[in-house]
Amino acid sequence: MKVQQISIFIENQAGRLADVARCLTEKDVNIRALSLADTQDFGILRLIVNDVHKARVTLEENNFTVGLTEVIAVKVPDRPGGMAEILVILDECGINVEYMYAYVDHGFDDNAVIIFRFENLDKAIQCLTEHGVHIVKSQDLYGM
Amino acid sequence: MLWNEEFETLPREALEALQLKRLRTTCERVYANVPFYRQAFDAAGIKPSDIRSLADLSRLPFTTKQDLRDSYPYGLFCTPMEQVVRIHASSGTTGKPTVVGYTRRDIEIWSELMARCFSAAGASRGDIVHNAYGYGLFTGGLGAHYGAEKVGASVIPMSGGNSKKQIMIMKDFGSTVLTATPSYALHLAEVAEEEGIPMESLNLKVGIFGAEPWSNAMRQELEAKLDLDAIDIYGLSEIIGPGVSIECIEAKHGMHIMEDHFIAEIIDPESGEPLPPGEKGELVFTTVTKEAFPLIRYRTRDITRLISEPCRCGRTFHRMEKVSGRSDDMLIIRGVNVFPSQIEALLMNVKAIEPHYQIIVDSKDHMDTLEVQVEVNHHLFSDEIRHLQNLSASIQKDIKDLYGISCKVSLVEPKTIARSQGKAVRVIDRRKDRA
Repeated sequence: MKVQQISIFIENQAGRLADVARCLTEKDVNIRALSLADTQDFGILRLIVNDVHKARVTLEENNFTVGLTEVIAVKVPDRPGGMAEILVILDECGINVEYMYAYVDHGFDDNAVIIFRFENLDKAIQCLTEHGVHIVKSQDLYGM
Repeated sequence: MLWNEEFETLPREALEALQLKRLRTTCERVYANVPFYRQAFDAAGIKPSDIRSLADLSRLPFTTKQDLRDSYPYGLFCTPMEQVVRIHASSGTTGKPTVVGYTRRDIEIWSELMARCFSAAGASRGDIVHNAYGYGLFTGGLGAHYGAEKVGASVIPMSGGNSKKQIMIMKDFGSTVLTATPSYALHLAEVAEEEGIPMESLNLKVGIFGAEPWSNAMRQELEAKLDLDAIDIYGLSEIIGPGVSIECIEAKHGMHIMEDHFIAEIIDPESGEPLPPGEKGELVFTTVTKEAFPLIRYRTRDITRLISEPCRCGRTFHRMEKVSGRSDDMLIIRGVNVFPSQIEALLMNVKAIEPHYQIIVDSKDHMDTLEVQVEVNHHLFSDEIRHLQNLSASIQKDIKDLYGISCKVSLVEPKTIARSQGKAVRVIDRRKDRA
């Protein structure tokens, strides 16, 4: 149920994002989804990739500080109200979202996928499955 | 462990009598042989024969780093060059280096003092000393080398640099004692980790770290990361090189000064007046046995205090506390005295940050600015912005609490702060460039 997400510490400096992309390209790593959280001085790049281990090794070899975080991916109907339904369910269960990001992949039954980070992942998984929400398996997500 | 029990445990009275006798001889020699000292003594209205007690020392003129520069290269040498068997020079960060000379007897004494240091750190015959101090004009390499040979240890003359090879040699040769600058020692631990060689798999039992000041917090880090006892050694090329003072492994508290060869004083760096025993101030040394390059009341610019309480190791030599700053490296930021070593100690207290940091002082609109850059390694990293922001905020707050000034804390990527094989560049003061 849980998906491994790679997080990378990035100083606000010209060219650093390009450096990350270059490292991953060289090792043939494909980025499935991403989000960039930024502050005035630094940013955290969060990535879902097709090969977590390979991505991590190559980034560390290039002196990036890399962390692994468990997140979950939820399939959401790509129509008005699709995301609202999920958020209402979470709210009713009293579950806080640390952060989230989404993308639409038409190769995936015309659904959107939302990546969630929760403080309590297990509780969130239980709540979502009880309400019939489709949680994407990691191998499906990486291989999409 | 004592190397020279007779001298290292001399009763204070006998020690002071010896100091006085040697001081008088030194004063007579410099007055007769070095024009600089003759002029300085005359200007101060004192003759060598006026020295009747150790208290008279304070009547003698100071010697400064500038005096050494002005006498470049051999102006302060007290013997003809035919008697000088070795020349060293201190790293000249500004302009020309400071040149020092040694007679054969000076080298013998230096070796003896370094032998005492190795013994104080618990090293002896049978130990394998991995000497990663730089060999060359810098006194660290050869100073440690001669001392280690003198105690009968097996010396590996590694010098600095080529860190991967250093790890391989330490592992394969079974090094038991590491001599290096503390920042390079930490760098070696980092390289070993990258190479997948745990430091605890090595045979190292003690590290003798000097040539740059380090804090007790850094001792904990060195001891944990390198799995050894970390011993602080102090010295400066002007006085003799390493071996002026050292911590004993029994107490690891204060460095015993080799007082039968060097007389230490603590003065007020502003007024130049000697301070009462135990007070913190600038350390001043007079060498009393050196032949080629004796120094009278040399102002080290190092800030410390002397400890006169007896030590459990049995040495009667007074101790000096770890150097807490330099009277000239001391940063004055918006009128507040800031010692980089204090900032280092503070960083170590926040989540045990590795000491990869840099202090950048600048001025903007005639206001001093202070920035502390800290490298974010995987121990510090968090996937969540607020954790990282809390980290920099707490450092900011600690500095504000300590000095009452606000600063900017920047989290930077690993390995972006310049590392040097020898000394770490901890402070960049850009105000000087703008002045």
